[in-house]
Amino acid sequence: MDSAVLAPPVPAAQLAHRFAEQLAPGSIITDPTRLSTYQCDGLAHYRVTPAVVVLPQTAAQVQHVVRVCHELGVPFVARGSGTGLSGGALPHADGVLVVTSQMRRILEVDVANELAVVEPGVINLDVTKAAAVQGWYFAPDPSSQQVCSVGGNVAENSGGAHCLKYGFTTNHVLGVEVVTPDGELVTFGGRTRDTPGYDLLGAFVGSEGTLGITTKVVVRLLRKPETVQTLLAGFRSTDAAGAAVSAIIGSGVVPAAIELMDALAIEAAEAATHCGYPDGAGAVLVVELDGPVAEVEHTFAAVQQHCRDNGSFEIRVAADDAQRALIWKGRKSAFAAVGRISPDYIVQDGVIPRTKLAEVLSAMGELADAAGVRVANVFHAGDGNLHPLVLFDDGVEGEAQRAEEVSGGILDLCLSHGGSITGEHGVGSDKAKHMPKMFTEDDLDTMQRVRCAFDPKGLSNPGKVFPTPRLCGEVPGRRTEAHPLVQAGLADAF
Amino acid sequence: MPSESVPVQHAATTVDEVCDVLRAASSAGRTVLPVGNRSTVDWLPGPDTDEVLSLRGLDGVLEHSAGDLVVHVQAGTLLSDLQAAVAGAGQHLALSAPVDGVTVGGLLAGDLSGPGRYLYGTVRDLVIGTTSVRSDGAVTHSGGKVVKNVAGYDLGKLYTGSRGTLGVITDAWFRLHPLPESTRWVVADGLDAEGAGRAFAAVRSSQTAPTAIEVRSSGDGYQVAVQVDGVAAGIETRAGLVATLTGGTATDAEPAGWGTWPDEPVLLAVTHSPAALTDVLSALTGTTVTGSAVGVLRVGCDLDRASDVLAAARAVAARHHGTATVLRAPAGHDLDVRGPGDPALLTLMRRVKDEFDPTHTLAPGRLLGDI
Repeated sequence: MDSAVLAPPVPAAQLAHRFAEQLAPGSIITDPTRLSTYQCDGLAHYRVTPAVVVLPQTAAQVQHVVRVCHELGVPFVARGSGTGLSGGALPHADGVLVVTSQMRRILEVDVANELAVVEPGVINLDVTKAAAVQGWYFAPDPSSQQVCSVGGNVAENSGGAHCLKYGFTTNHVLGVEVVTPDGELVTFGGRTRDTPGYDLLGAFVGSEGTLGITTKVVVRLLRKPETVQTLLAGFRSTDAAGAAVSAIIGSGVVPAAIELMDALAIEAAEAATHCGYPDGAGAVLVVELDGPVAEVEHTFAAVQQHCRDNGSFEIRVAADDAQRALIWKGRKSAFAAVGRISPDYIVQDGVIPRTKLAEVLSAMGELADAAGVRVANVFHAGDGNLHPLVLFDDGVEGEAQRAEEVSGGILDLCLSHGGSITGEHGVGSDKAKHMPKMFTEDDLDTMQRVRCAFDPKGLSNPGKVFPTPRLCGEVPGRRTEAHPLVQAGLADAF
Repeated sequence: MPSESVPVQHAATTVDEVCDVLRAASSAGRTVLPVGNRSTVDWLPGPDTDEVLSLRGLDGVLEHSAGDLVVHVQAGTLLSDLQAAVAGAGQHLALSAPVDGVTVGGLLAGDLSGPGRYLYGTVRDLVIGTTSVRSDGAVTHSGGKVVKNVAGYDLGKLYTGSRGTLGVITDAWFRLHPLPESTRWVVADGLDAEGAGRAFAAVRSSQTAPTAIEVRSSGDGYQVAVQVDGVAAGIETRAGLVATLTGGTATDAEPAGWGTWPDEPVLLAVTHSPAALTDVLSALTGTTVTGSAVGVLRVGCDLDRASDVLAAARAVAARHHGTATVLRAPAGHDLDVRGPGDPALLTLMRRVKDEFDPTHTLAPGRLLGDI
C-alpha cells in the first residue's frame, strides 16, 4: 500500500469523466439517490455510500475502470447480485463500486468437455438451467442460488448444501479471467486442468475480491446422477438428529447433503412456507442421496435405518420432484423465514469438526440463555458448517448488543473446538476483527504477501478479510511497533 | 549462486529444526532444497543448492479424526504409511502416487496425481490445511482441520505444485473418504486412438459414476480401463454398463500398470480439452502415454525424439486449450521446459515468489525453470 491510498479522495465527477471514455453514460452512477441503492450487500447493518457506481458490460470496460483507479489511487470494490452475508461487497466511501450484474451472458455450455463459460453476473441457478437440457448441472448451490451470481460464488468460495459430497466452489472452477488490481487482464487456470506454475486460481477463489475482479468464469459441469432420493426425518432433539448424522457418516456413506434444523428454525420455516415438517419435531434432518439407482436404493435403506435407530419418529421420503422441492424449500427459506418470528436477527457462519456438534450446540444454548436471546439453528450437519441465527429485537434496549456478543461468542466456541470463523459466507467486513483469533500474526502476514504480490497499492476491496493491512514493500519480518496506519489513526488493530 | 562443493545435508525431525536451518541459510545468503524421500528429486533439478534439508524425519500421523474424516500428518510420512494408518477405520486419502515411495510433502510439492482424480480431484482438492515454514524461519498456517473453511486465502492450494519454492511444508490436514465396499475394473484393450476417445466419451457422459478412467498405450494400441466403486449390490450392474459402453471386460483385478506414469527418460505433461483425446493421441503416436479422463496425459519418450515430440505435443495442445511441459528429462537436455506462457502471469508468479521468499533461498529454479 503506498501513499496513493492515503491521498485525498478523487472527486466523483473526475472519476465519472474518466470512466465515460469507455462506458456509456447510463453505466455510470453518481446521483446520491441512486448511489444509496448500493450502500450494502446482504449484511445490511454495514452501510457505506460509494463515490461512484459503474455497471460495465465487458471485460475491457472493467479493465478501463480498474486502470483509472490504479492510476489515481482510488479504491474499488466488485459486487455481483449483492447477496453476500459478510459485507464482502461493502463499498468504499471514496471508491468505485464495480457492479457486474450487466455481465450476465452464458457464453458457452460445452458438455463434451464438461464445462460452461459464463460472465460473472450470471445467476448461479441459471448455469444449471442452461446445462440441464443436456443432462448436466453446476454443483455449488448456495441457499441464495436463485439470485446470487457466479462471480460472487467465486469471490466468497460460497458452497451450499451439496459441498459434503461434491466439494466447494473452488473444486468446480476450472478457470477465471481476472482484471488484476493494476489493470492487467489475465487468466488463472483455464478450460483445462494442471496449468503450469503456481496455482493462482486456487489462491484467487475465495479471496473475496481482494486480488482483482473476475470477468469470466469457466465452471465444471457434472453429469446429473441417475437418481436422487431425499428424506425428511423428524427427531425429538438436536442431539438425536446429530447422533443419526454421526451414524450415517460413520457407516461410510457420503450423502449428497445432510441438513439439520432445530425447533426454532422449523417454526420459522413453517411460518413462511408451510412446508409441513413433522409435528412436534425438536429437530429435522434433510438427507439426500444421489447416484446410480442400485447404489442409492441400497444406501437409502441404510440411512433410514440409522435415523430410526437414533430416535427418528417420522421419516418422509420425497416421492417426486415436487415433494423434494417442498422439503428443500423449507430448508432453503429458513434464513429469510426467521424474520417471521423475530424482528431482527444475525446470521452466523462458523464451522466445527462434525463430531463436536452436540457439545457445541449445548454450549451455544447456554450462551444464548445467559444473554437472554434466542438462537435458531439451521446448518450443513455433514460438514459441521453451523448457521446459528441469533434472534433479537432492536427495539429493546441492549438486546442488539447482547445478540452481537452471543454471535461473537459462537465464533469463539467454534475456534476453541478446532473450527473456523466462516465456512461459506466469507470474512468480509464483518469478521476481519476475528481473523487474529484464528491465525497468528505470521499466518496473516503470509496471506498478506499474496495480497501484496497482486495488489501492491492495496486498492482492491480494501478493509476486507484482514484487520490491519501489511504495508507492501516494507522489509519482511516482525513489526515491533504499532502499524503505521494505526499510528496515523487511519485503522484499528483488533 | 550454486555451490561447486557438496551441499550441506540437514535432516530435520522437528519444525523448530526446519526453522533454524532456513533462518540460518537465508541470513547467510545460502540456498536450500527441501526433500522428502527423493522420489522426484531428479526431475528437472534446477541449479545445485548449498544445502539440502530432508523432511523425512518428520514422519507420522499426528491426528486421525475418523468421525470427521480428516487426518493431520507430517510431511515426511510416506503416503503408503498414511494409507495404512487410516485404513483401519475404513478410510483412505483418495490419492494414489504415480511413483513409488513418495511422501505426503512430496505429493503436495509435486502435485502428483493418479487416475482417481476423475472423481476426487488432485491433492489440491483434498488438502484442507497446511503448516509451512517461510525462508525467514516463520512458521505459518493456513486452512485448518475442518473440511469447510473459507477464512483467509487458501494457501494450501498455492503451495501445491510449488516444488518447495514458496515455503517448506511440515505438516498438512487432508479430508479423507470412506474406502469403497467393493471395486471392479473394466478393461478394453487393443483400441486405436479413435476407439479410445470414443470409450472415454461414452463413459464420461454416462451415469455410471466411475471413480477413475485411464488410457494407456499398450503393445496393441491403447487400453482404456475404468474403475467402478460402490456397494456390492450395485457394482455388477454398473460394471456391466461400462463394459457395454467401452467394449471391455469386467474384472476384479487391478489392470497392470494402473496409475503409473511412463518410465521413459523424458516425461511430458500434456493437457487438453477432454473431448479432444483422439486428436491428441493421434499426434503423439509412438510415444508411451498414460492419461486420466480429465484431459491430462503423461507422455514418455527417449531424449533423441523429445524435441519433436514436445513440438508436436505443444501444437496439438494449443489447438485444444492445453499446454505441454517437461516434467522430467536427463541432465544436459536442451528442451524448452515450459514453452510459451503468458508474460503477465509469469510476472505475477515471480511477484508471489519474491514476497514469500525475498532472499530466494528456497529451491531456486525448480518452478518453470526460472523461479
